Amino acid sequence: MSTELTIGFLPLVDACLPILAKEHGFAEDEGVSISLVKDMSWATVLDRLLYGHSDAAHLIAPLAIATTLGRGRPAQALSVPFVLGLNGNAVTLRPEIARRVRPEGQIGDPAKVGAALKEIAAERKAAGRPLNFGVVHRYSSHNYMLRYWLAGCGIRPDVDVDVTTVPPPFCADALKQGEVDGICVGEPWNSVAVEQGVGEIVLSTAQIWRRGVEKVLALREQVLDEKCEAVQRLIRALCRAGAHFVDPANWDLNSAILARGEYLDGSAELIRRAISDRMLISRGGTTIHYPDFMFQYREAANFPWVSQAEWLYTQMVRWDNIPFDPEDARKAARVFRPDVYRSALLGTGEPLPGASSKVEGSLEASMVVGTQQGAMQMESNRFFDGNVFDPSDMKGYLSRLP
Amino acid sequence: MPALLPNDTAALHNGSAMRIAVIDESAARASIIQEGLATLEDCDIFVVTERRGLLARIGEINPDIVLMDLGNPSRDMLEEYFAVSRALDRPIAMFVDESDDESIVASVEAGVSSYVVDGLAAGRIRPILDLAITRFNAFSRLQNDLAEAKGKLAERETIDAAKRILMKSRGLPEPKAYAEMRKAAMDQGKRIVDIAEAIVTADRLMGGQ
Repeated sequence: MSTELTIGFLPLVDACLPILAKEHGFAEDEGVSISLVKDMSWATVLDRLLYGHSDAAHLIAPLAIATTLGRGRPAQALSVPFVLGLNGNAVTLRPEIARRVRPEGQIGDPAKVGAALKEIAAERKAAGRPLNFGVVHRYSSHNYMLRYWLAGCGIRPDVDVDVTTVPPPFCADALKQGEVDGICVGEPWNSVAVEQGVGEIVLSTAQIWRRGVEKVLALREQVLDEKCEAVQRLIRALCRAGAHFVDPANWDLNSAILARGEYLDGSAELIRRAISDRMLISRGGTTIHYPDFMFQYREAANFPWVSQAEWLYTQMVRWDNIPFDPEDARKAARVFRPDVYRSALLGTGEPLPGASSKVEGSLEASMVVGTQQGAMQMESNRFFDGNVFDPSDMKGYLSRLP
Repeated sequence: MPALLPNDTAALHNGSAMRIAVIDESAARASIIQEGLATLEDCDIFVVTERRGLLARIGEINPDIVLMDLGNPSRDMLEEYFAVSRALDRPIAMFVDESDDESIVASVEAGVSSYVVDGLAAGRIRPILDLAITRFNAFSRLQNDLAEAKGKLAERETIDAAKRILMKSRGLPEPKAYAEMRKAAMDQGKRIVDIAEAIVTADRLMGGQ
């Protein structure tokens, strides 16, 4: 008899692992019956999770931490035993701006694009119409990645440019109407803007932080405790879905599944493009291949590194303008649960990192790392500005950021 | 809608009319809620169905209570606005009276979220929220009834019916009517059949046919 788990999601390509774990029977093989609930806003995905409509949710990583810390609503402890993927987002600008900041027919170098954008931001600010960027949520990796990049290029968010929330389905329209000049959003929404000719892609977020944490599988802490055994089985199923998702032999099949009405209800062609790390950067223009645009499986991509949660907390301190609080930092760190990930995958073929935390951004080239199970080689995980995040010195890190 | 004068805001706290904004992309559902709330005394109700200019409109309305359907993609935008905007005189928070989890669960079940200005007495909020929940549930029932009465219309038939309504009510040629629905679906991130269903439901409620 299988255990039922209800998982909430937003129709985005990176909701792929729970969907494929269900569709390909990986969950059933593990004795888990997944039922999926689609919503149209993170607020509603979170409401369902908090009020028991769902057991788990596809969630933007910073929102899991914000909810635990009680930012914006009363605190409720969430836990993340599995990361659903890294990166997969892009920065898309209105065509006339995009053409001024990136080389013809390519995505740009983040520092160079930023330098060119800084001039435009200054012009627009002087004209009393500061540039406005849309992100999907205040507590989203999109917001933190975009702000990290802008600030690193000398463009101060909230001072030189505005950053506001725009729901992904409205991004293309907001660009078209001139409500925003740029968006940082996941797929397929950049491609939708490109197809409509209202935006052009200038960067992928993987260029800002090569291994940036994106969506997570979040549960209420109490639910994880109660259903730990079923969640461990779910994690094994999600891992198999990850291996299936990244295999080029399955791309046609998986994009057709994800495109279906009950899931993304979108174009299989656009979805396949994202899955295969490809971006059509302008309408009628070139399709470029940027390896690891989405990162769903290799290098234990789904391992919930405590240092990633801590990095997100530093960005929350930075952009919410709140004082660094060691107790909050500890609470944020505890949201990510490598212990559950390990216990789920012990004895399988999946590599298990030996450490639970790492110095983020420290790898320039690929390196073999210590594991407690299997072998693992990690490639560069650098930030575009070369900064390094050492979780043992979060305050020092914050003081070094612009 | 003229901007509020400062003394209007002051008067409000002395127990004058409560300003309620109903934000719903479904005009049909919004009108059902509006009709329900109209039975309450001392309430001014403002219905917003357009996404564009939503935040500016909320700023103008300066509501005490905001009711919004859970399926509305603009919720994240609105929550951020409430959290960081200084455009509103008074802070608005999600209705999270922790002592009353049952009522929140009922809201989520019914599909409505509510945001309430800080400091408003629970006794004044409760009847409004209860009514909203009732009306949301009533709307769901209506939709179910409609589906049954139509013998679980095939999607194609629903789309055709909606197309005919658009052709008739707006004098559109057939391809244009379909294109309009497809555009609305794309803009709102919905399926065409969802748009078509909304049109058919709205037409029923508005006394069409």
